[in-house]
Amino acid sequence: MSQSHRLTSGGTIDRSASLNFRFDGKSFSGFKGDTLASALVANGVKLVGRSFKYHRPRGILTAGSEEPNALVELRSGARREPNTKATTAELYDGLEAASQNRWPSLNFDVMSINQLFAPIFVAGFYYKTFMWPAKFWEAIYEPAIRRAAGLGRAANIADPDHYDKAWAHCDVLIAGSGPAGLAAALAAGRSGARVILCEEDFAPGGRLLADGGTIDGLPATEWLSRTLTELAAMPDVRIMTRTTLFGVYDGGTYGAIERVNDHVPSPPEHEVRQRLWRIVAKRCVVAAGALERPIVFAGNDTPGVMMASAMRTYVTRYAAAPARRIALFTNNEDGWRTVETVLGAGLQVAAVIDARAEVSPAHRSLASKGGFPVLHGAVSGVDGGKTGVRKISVSLTGGARAEVEADGLAISGGWNPTVGLTSYHRGRPKWRDDIAAFVPDGAPPGMMAAGAANGAFGLGACLREGFEAGAAAARDAGRSGSVGSMPVADDEAFALTSLWYVADKGKAFVDQQHDVTASDVELAQREGFQSVEHLKRYTTLGMATDQGKTSNVTGLAMMAAVSGRSIPETGTTIYRPPYVPVAIGAFAGHHRDEAFHATRLTPSHHWAAEQGAVFVDTGLWKRAQWYPRAGEKDWLESVTREVRAVRGGVGFCDVSTLGKIDVHGPDAGAFLDRVYINTFSNLAVGKARYGLMLREDGIVYDDGTTSRLAEDHYFLTTTTAKAGLVMQHLEFCRQVLFPELDVQLTSVSDQWAQFSIAGPKTRDLLKEIVDPSEDLSNEGFPFMGARAVKLRGGFTARLFRISFSGEMAFEISVPARHGEAMARNLMIAGKPLGVTPYGTEALGVMRIEKGHIAGPELSGTTTAADLGLGKMMSTKKDFIGRVMAGREALVAPDRQVVVGIKPTDTSRRLRSGAHIIPKGEIPGPDNDQGYVTSVCFSPMLEQWIGLALVERGRERIGEIVHAHDPIRGEDYDVELCNPVFYDPDGGRQRG
Amino acid sequence: MRIVCPFCGERELGEFTYLGDAKPQRPTADASEDAVYDYVYLRDNVAGVMSENWYHGGGCRTWLKVTRNTLTHEISAVEPAAGTGARQVAK
Ligand SMILES: [Zn+2]
Repeated sequence: MSQSHRLTSGGTIDRSASLNFRFDGKSFSGFKGDTLASALVANGVKLVGRSFKYHRPRGILTAGSEEPNALVELRSGARREPNTKATTAELYDGLEAASQNRWPSLNFDVMSINQLFAPIFVAGFYYKTFMWPAKFWEAIYEPAIRRAAGLGRAANIADPDHYDKAWAHCDVLIAGSGPAGLAAALAAGRSGARVILCEEDFAPGGRLLADGGTIDGLPATEWLSRTLTELAAMPDVRIMTRTTLFGVYDGGTYGAIERVNDHVPSPPEHEVRQRLWRIVAKRCVVAAGALERPIVFAGNDTPGVMMASAMRTYVTRYAAAPARRIALFTNNEDGWRTVETVLGAGLQVAAVIDARAEVSPAHRSLASKGGFPVLHGAVSGVDGGKTGVRKISVSLTGGARAEVEADGLAISGGWNPTVGLTSYHRGRPKWRDDIAAFVPDGAPPGMMAAGAANGAFGLGACLREGFEAGAAAARDAGRSGSVGSMPVADDEAFALTSLWYVADKGKAFVDQQHDVTASDVELAQREGFQSVEHLKRYTTLGMATDQGKTSNVTGLAMMAAVSGRSIPETGTTIYRPPYVPVAIGAFAGHHRDEAFHATRLTPSHHWAAEQGAVFVDTGLWKRAQWYPRAGEKDWLESVTREVRAVRGGVGFCDVSTLGKIDVHGPDAGAFLDRVYINTFSNLAVGKARYGLMLREDGIVYDDGTTSRLAEDHYFLTTTTAKAGLVMQHLEFCRQVLFPELDVQLTSVSDQWAQFSIAGPKTRDLLKEIVDPSEDLSNEGFPFMGARAVKLRGGFTARLFRISFSGEMAFEISVPARHGEAMARNLMIAGKPLGVTPYGTEALGVMRIEKGHIAGPELSGTTTAADLGLGKMMSTKKDFIGRVMAGREALVAPDRQVVVGIKPTDTSRRLRSGAHIIPKGEIPGPDNDQGYVTSVCFSPMLEQWIGLALVERGRERIGEIVHAHDPIRGEDYDVELCNPVFYDPDGGRQRG
Repeated sequence: MRIVCPFCGERELGEFTYLGDAKPQRPTADASEDAVYDYVYLRDNVAGVMSENWYHGGGCRTWLKVTRNTLTHEISAVEPAAGTGARQVAK
């Protein structure tokens, strides 16, 4: 319970709310308002993890989402999440976290022996060491490296939480709630704009929470609460905390991730864990601040070395002391603020090591008052290891050496504006010498940077730039209310002398998360990797989960130094979203498991489910595949029964999934003539015709029957798979290609329930359904007839005498809402006839028995002639695909065409996909003559039959060829035959 | 990306389907095979402003001609594509 390093006063933590948590199995306590990192600091924990490659002991470097070192596995069981930053994880009661990359324990790590083998882990070691033999990579190298160069462990169980996706729209979107962001929100909000402000932290305020200051004559904390009160009173200003703006997309669309319930053990019931926002904003003000950058020196990864600004955050915001005797290493004026903070908290300053030649008299007097030396020079080494900083070596300007005893070292190498958001559209930031930093050089349309994100580091400048940007953004968005007065503050001094790297003995880390050292950068340069993009890939600098937020600029500055170029000449790598890692679950939202995509149910679905139907997914549809009956041992038995029942009596099948399109207008027939290869303008009213469509390149696109219901009204059907695409294609033809035709298209797929009723007793069944006044005889309703009929009870239906099964058959069509009733009525009326519902499998078997083509033959590579339908192609009119269908290769005599196949051993099962090889030849690509497209067990022939695409197949009827199936290891002979296996003269369907 | 449909207003990309270059016009029935080949296969690979066909399938089902900069994704004009692919627009 003792929080050994908790300061007795101060901070924004709630000391009345004590929270217990466990880290690596040990119990600790913290307060509400802590992060895991601040609670660990308050408990004096310095060692929090082992590094990626060398397993070096690591502590906490920062206090934000840029943290490279303090990554933990948070939570346990299904919620265990690796690589969670302790610096942004909010503390809650019962929190469990474990350090990563250590075995068997954090204090005694066997793999730290990797340090001794450091030479093999240098830049490019993957490429150099494990090049040969290739097959060793997967089996040996990669698993070994993964174990050694550890990452956290994922849960390996389905995520129990829910994630949400939402849209938001606003005039002005603001990233960041520091002084610049708040000033922007004030100006935009006062002028009447709809404002959304996203703040990554759980508390708004940005650096005000740690660095204070005076604004409008008020202490910063008071100004902050006054400002938040004013903003809260504006109904159109929304402040979203725990929300990171991570990306910018075209048309003013932004991505943000809201951590709705990451700060509690598990989300309350009916609440989501995280929410992915897509925000559409007319203007965006990026007030995302800046990140302090380290200086690279030997031992700079020792626990207890911390960014100076982070140290101020822990002391001021969290009242937690990262150390008791602190040294500061700075190259700029801003770093000195740390001295004031440390002394103000009653902690000791061991020394200030300032890389600059001069230090102001004010700082000198502060030093003498605080009783610490000011050393001009640079830190060249740190003694410490896993217990943290003990002694700091300093190489003084002029060459002498000094040592400083301290248990903490604050470092300040200057500030890098957060240029990610402004650069995500391939923008390259520009270098500013006066602050030795990259600043935005333009931004995606509608976006502007303000404050520290724009290189304006003073408090006064942040407020001014933020306010002006907020006012301009609101104005651009058409809001003209008065912005009131601008908040005012003084600017602090920011005098910096560039210093990136202190060369000396010992490992000096540039990218601490990926263990990239200064010598790796030098090695990469020596080996010719001089472009920053190559440096990045070769050393993996900046490619870890933190995306190099504390290392990229330093790395390229060092690259510039060793290659003798300037920093702007060296340039930056391309910035890409997301700014922080975003869980895949958040991108998926609710679209997982059953809700992964929409599900479409046929009109008779519930009835079919009652019948015990087995359903199959076809696209978004669930279709009844077969209807098992008690005692049937497998699907084949059920399907065979259904086929025999249809061919011997009557059955019905829901075929509502076919696409249905109404074609209306005086030019409807002319329009269909242009989209089908055959002619429809001469189709008589009351008749149906099978039609085939090509793509413009001459390949078959889709097929289906189209009926003429009136002079100016056709009813067109498509395959299930192409329903949406055919509609889109026909609209293209109608609107873009043939605007002169007076025709309208209406999708009616969902409006009609359609059942195929098939079998010799079809008329007997229909007589029970259709009004007796309707003549269903061959004369009164001939084959391919189509017209509306009256049903018993007064309803009207459409009846089509078309047959896919080859039997005497009708399709009956009723409004979709009556579909289920139709299925029930067919069952009742057909009971004396033994009516049998059949599924898609029986439908498929019967179409193969009849040699009808379907999806496997409409493969996107076949021509009408390949399918045996070449004669349908009209020579008297133009149609889509006509010219290209005549190309040499598409009419070549040796094309693979549809043919039937039967195994010579009639007891053998056939399989789709088997290759067709001439008999007696050894299978190979040179003699591959086609493949089996569709197979089924034919109840009528009592053996397996199939369709295949075979070279010159129709000329080879009767030939025995070889079926070669290397995937299943099967080889057998088949006979090429007429694809119409059953009732080849078609007498049954006309009967 | 967002497209301002002349019939439906500003809508999100997910409502639209991209087809491609809106420039080619379908040759008339008497055109040569070469002309049709050109129409079907040969496309300019424009780095910059080009007109494209987009289908508003999630809205009014209009085919649109969208003028878009392929380098910046900036959309400068959206209009119905009516007849833009036809060689002869006449009755
Ligand atoms: Zn529209």
